[in-house]
Amino acid sequence: MSHHDHGHDAHEHKLPFWQKYIFSVDHKVIGIQYGITALLFLFFGFCLMMLMRWQLAFPGQPLPWPWLANLFSEKQMMSGIMLPEFYNQLGAMHGTIMIFLGVVPLAVGAFGNYVVPLQVGAPDMAFPKLNAASYWAYFWGGVIMLLSFFIPEGGAAQSGWTSYPPLSNIAQDGQTWWLFGMVLLITSSLLGSINIIVTIVQLRADGLTFFRLPFFVWAQLVTSFLLLLAFPPLEAAGILQLMDRLLDTSFFMPTGLVVSGEVSKLAGGGNPLLWQHLFWFLAHPEVYVLILPAMGIVAEIMAVNTRKPIYGYKTMIYSIIFLGFMSFIVWAHHMFLTGMSTKMSSFFQITTMIISIPSVVILTALILTLWGGSIRYNTPMLFAIAFLPMFAIGGLTGLPLGLTAADIHLHDTYYVIGHFHYVVAPGTIFALFAGIYHWFPKVTGRKMSEVLGKIHFFFSFIFINGVFMPMFSLGLAGVSRRLWDQTQYAHAVPTQPLNVVISYSAWLLALAQIPFILNFFGSIFFGKKVNNNPWDATTLEWAAPSPPGHGNFETAPSVYRGPYEYSVPGQTQDFSPQHLQGGK
Amino acid sequence: MSAEIRFIAKPHPVTGVTNSKLGMWCFLSSEIMLFGALFSTFILLRAGSPAWPHGYDLLNVPLATVNTLILIASSITMVMGWAELAGKNLKAFKKYLAATIVLGCAFLALKGFEYGMKFEHHIYPSKNNFYGIYFTITGLHVLHLVCGVVVNLYFLFPGSKMWEKDPEQFLGRIEAAGLYWHFVDLVWLFVFPTLYLL
Ligand code: HEM
Ligand SMILES: [Cu+2]
Repeated sequence: MSHHDHGHDAHEHKLPFWQKYIFSVDHKVIGIQYGITALLFLFFGFCLMMLMRWQLAFPGQPLPWPWLANLFSEKQMMSGIMLPEFYNQLGAMHGTIMIFLGVVPLAVGAFGNYVVPLQVGAPDMAFPKLNAASYWAYFWGGVIMLLSFFIPEGGAAQSGWTSYPPLSNIAQDGQTWWLFGMVLLITSSLLGSINIIVTIVQLRADGLTFFRLPFFVWAQLVTSFLLLLAFPPLEAAGILQLMDRLLDTSFFMPTGLVVSGEVSKLAGGGNPLLWQHLFWFLAHPEVYVLILPAMGIVAEIMAVNTRKPIYGYKTMIYSIIFLGFMSFIVWAHHMFLTGMSTKMSSFFQITTMIISIPSVVILTALILTLWGGSIRYNTPMLFAIAFLPMFAIGGLTGLPLGLTAADIHLHDTYYVIGHFHYVVAPGTIFALFAGIYHWFPKVTGRKMSEVLGKIHFFFSFIFINGVFMPMFSLGLAGVSRRLWDQTQYAHAVPTQPLNVVISYSAWLLALAQIPFILNFFGSIFFGKKVNNNPWDATTLEWAAPSPPGHGNFETAPSVYRGPYEYSVPGQTQDFSPQHLQGGK
Repeated sequence: MSAEIRFIAKPHPVTGVTNSKLGMWCFLSSEIMLFGALFSTFILLRAGSPAWPHGYDLLNVPLATVNTLILIASSITMVMGWAELAGKNLKAFKKYLAATIVLGCAFLALKGFEYGMKFEHHIYPSKNNFYGIYFTITGLHVLHLVCGVVVNLYFLFPGSKMWEKDPEQFLGRIEAAGLYWHFVDLVWLFVFPTLYLL
């Protein structure tokens, strides 16, 4: 493979700027568009949360900076004091934005789009135009969500990312915007997942059998099936809620509901729990959509940086497939307290315990991958290693939630918030950072700074634990989630100081992202130039030029071996790229 | 260096399908989940209701029976069109495709008439949950059929130019469009008994 000039640039016909970078159908450009949009949304969602953290740490006190308070209307802040309605908007939109506009688009839209075709040796996605359509549906879905903050009557949605009726049915217009936004996001996921599945199944390079695929590709394949099959029920639920809101049907409205002292005039006969079932039928698989790509990224980085194959490659693949199947039959563990029969709750308790087995298998395999490796502690590897204990904390704290007896105490408390944030924030988001540091050289041809990267890592690691660890204590002390001011409850007064710890950690966590932002933009222009395969890795994306030109590979690659042949005895180098013939 | 995307026109030697056919199967599986969720909603609401009406008391069964026959006929013409195209007879294909479109529009017209009758009697989705789910499911089905008609119109006129350039890929597209059309029919074959006959 040539390490010198990238001859492809010369062959490319000149496209006008807007066609090359804005309305492109090239999977790499779309991947970058997804990545940048998703990072901006993550930042925005983080800002919403930082505002909430002021109110939670110092309930009822005005914001310390007048210029900040002046940004908000008097329907949002009263002389700098956050109104409860606005707090609810921030909470609902924080959750929605982080999950549907931040993490999933980054994990699947950006990494899936950019890396999967390269790793399977394809020139592009199977359906490039659908791919672009998927990005634009996501983009406009996001715009609708953002604009909803400016609705004069009631602002953005206030009913949580879960949007439980009947509250969401009678909420103001923001909820309708939320539903339209979600329909676009669901469409986007649908197009994206079909594309990824077809690309993986059909466009693998010659010799690249299913059991030679990198684990990351497997993770994306299973994730895409989850998106494909779990999102439509939420779409159905969204349509039903739109019918309820716009055409006055009563799918989720029970008979004789009293709202603000008045009996509802609707026909009634509906069932609020119906929404919960449809919602969680999506949203449990959705949490695996959040975690599986992260596991895939971590596996890739571990193999490269331990210089040995990942432990139990096939076991991990079987586990992830099993995880995918099981994730469709555990959803009601979010609903143990809705009065379901003990038979039902026993069923979902058992399936929940079963689904934690493959998660533990994957985690154990990743830990054993470290065993006896000659580990390179670079920035991507630090984030990947940190993923392991963080995901372990998140997963293990899930077990008590899955046991009905313990969940009676823990349901809808800060303990649940702690649980899922450990899996998604220091878990998935750390893995996504690892992925950014790892694949940055492929995308730009330059490496990110190790010094800034390590500063980013260590401070993020400390402060993120400062944010989420105290939440377990809050939850065990009985503090409910979604409270505007917990000191209004006597039992929650003693734990209020923990909120101050959490808030300072959160704000410091924001400062800890400054080295990342500097590093990210600085390295695009000033980073150290690298060759096509700076990490001495084996998988196909490193056989392409950095950055790959249109069509990706100079000649269509063929594959001769498995994905992780590191330190093979008798070889001259400690890595044997998949596309090179010869040797054992 | 830009290499071609493979298996657009020719099937993959191992999986035996083209990209668009696999993509269509994936799409239809998600559609099954969409309508599956709505049918589950129907079952749940019906099971939880003390007095759920019988569809045959409220809805126009003879009209819907005619519509069922129309849709089945349209599926047949769709297959015949594809078979003619596979036999390289573009003219006959176009005739069958046009017939499919006409049948599809006939269904929509009758359905519109049926909706109109209901609206005339001031029956809207908000009347009760039976009508709520009736309008939701049939409305979504109508939307799917409209999309099918638009796609077929496209292939009847501008889309058919592809036949000259790349007959194999065009045949593949018609097959995918056919899969979608049959799926929409199939949904109706579930809608008809569940809503009208139970
Ligand atoms: C590994 C084993 C896991 C188990 C046994 C488990 C169990 C549970 C249970 C029972 C609940 C409901 C708690 C309640 O509301 O009372 C829950 C909530 C949640 N879990 Fe997990 N979980 C696991 C892993 C994960 C993973 C990997 C993720 C995401 C990446 C995740 C994300 C969530 C989220 C987002 C919620 C809360 C949603 C909400 O109510 O807003 N969990 N978990
Ligand atoms: Cu769950």
